[in-house]
Amino acid sequence: MAKVAAELKYSAEHEWIAFDGSGPSVVGVSAVAAEALGDIVYVDLPEVGSTVTAGETCGEIESTKSVSDLYSPVTGEVTEINEDAVGDPALINSDPYGAGWLFKVTVTEEGPLLSAQEYAEVNGGEL
Amino acid sequence: MTENYTALYEEHKKLGASFTDFGGWQMPLKYSSELAEHHAVRKAAGLFDLSHMGEVWISGLEAGAFLDYALVGKLSAIADGKAKYSLICNADGGIIDDLIVYRFGDEKYLVVPNAGNAPTVAVALAERATAFNVKVEDASAITSLIAVQGPKAEAILLKLTAEAQHALVTDLKYYAFNELTVAGHNVILARTGYTGEDGFELFVANDGAASLWASVAEAGAEFGIVPCGLASRDSLRLEAGMPLYGNELSLERSPFDAGLGGVVALKSKEGDFVGRSALEAAKEAGSKRKLVGLKGLGRRAGRGHYPVLKDGAVVGEVTSGQPSPTLGYPVAMAYVDVEHAEIGTALDIDLRGKAEPFEVVALPFYKRQK
Repeated sequence: MAKVAAELKYSAEHEWIAFDGSGPSVVGVSAVAAEALGDIVYVDLPEVGSTVTAGETCGEIESTKSVSDLYSPVTGEVTEINEDAVGDPALINSDPYGAGWLFKVTVTEEGPLLSAQEYAEVNGGEL
Repeated sequence: MTENYTALYEEHKKLGASFTDFGGWQMPLKYSSELAEHHAVRKAAGLFDLSHMGEVWISGLEAGAFLDYALVGKLSAIADGKAKYSLICNADGGIIDDLIVYRFGDEKYLVVPNAGNAPTVAVALAERATAFNVKVEDASAITSLIAVQGPKAEAILLKLTAEAQHALVTDLKYYAFNELTVAGHNVILARTGYTGEDGFELFVANDGAASLWASVAEAGAEFGIVPCGLASRDSLRLEAGMPLYGNELSLERSPFDAGLGGVVALKSKEGDFVGRSALEAAKEAGSKRKLVGLKGLGRRAGRGHYPVLKDGAVVGEVTSGQPSPTLGYPVAMAYVDVEHAEIGTALDIDLRGKAEPFEVVALPFYKRQK
């Protein structure tokens, strides 16, 4: 069963966010989502410097089988994107909570977020 | 709709497969990574459960004449021990299914339709048989089908057959079959497939399926065989330019639109067959749209039902598309207005509002080195 990282917060659309008190927060997609998508072959991320809005699409994730929108879990300015994941999207499958992170954002407002426990209850996956 | 399970369902569960509904069957979508499964078939070997496919036996004095009437090809002309790809059409020339016909002798043939269409095909064959001295028996429920596909397929089969029968494997030509013993099971071994690689399909009785599956997996381990689900089966057949019923083929498309005119024996068959007059008219009228291959110039893939554009105007629709794991660029099949169907034509696919450049290319996208 797909792992749900306990220390993260999750959106209903399967993005995770790691809040960092001082610097920008890191966003990625959950292992549950990565597994459901299948092998990811392309990822389209927001541009650095652009503003993303909680609950709105900010990119796309394409697997061998389908295309899914990427939703931002928070509102804020994008400060960095993971070029390694753009170049090698398989990282999102192999290490969704680590090397497969997607972008960093300076959070001005949070969207509705779930705890790891709540996310795992709704979507399956083990803590 | 009731779900159907193949005799190998428990094996798939043990292997950790994720399942999907396909034509009313719970089938493995993938076991681990569909990309890894795809590459295994291109480089080594893959093991597929195709038991959802139908098996309909046609026997009797007029078996050949009956199939010539019921299907669009001239099946009576197949040599014993050979197979032929064909279509079953309705009276309007629409495609009910594509299928493979195996000839065992003058009076004995096996018809293999697709999973979701198998009951419809079995009924249509039975209906068309009334004026003929033939028996139509649907053995789908008691027959399993296992495919071993990939460059190592022959070596794996040789490990599972007695030396005295090795020539029955090695001398087997594409679209030919033999009856022999594989890992202790009586099987029909056909050199056919849906992957674009060399490989075999093995028909076996349900009660031997799990044992045969395990034997092939064990014998193939040293060659790198992996179990493969429908996800990789789809990407493999797409690269090989093979149509999928429900995507490229349907009741609304004529065989001529689909580039399958050669399968329709209008010239070589003198007698009537179901769909003949409609197919003659369709051939005469010509196709408005035809099936083409599209190669992506960017990284984004077209998907089924996405519009195909020429200078912003819709000139076609994608039937299947995804990134090609072997070739490294997106591929798609699409029905396109004939005036834009020439090889080399620059077209766009409307990717959810963004026009992505593609080019019309010859099918198949991928051809194995022989």
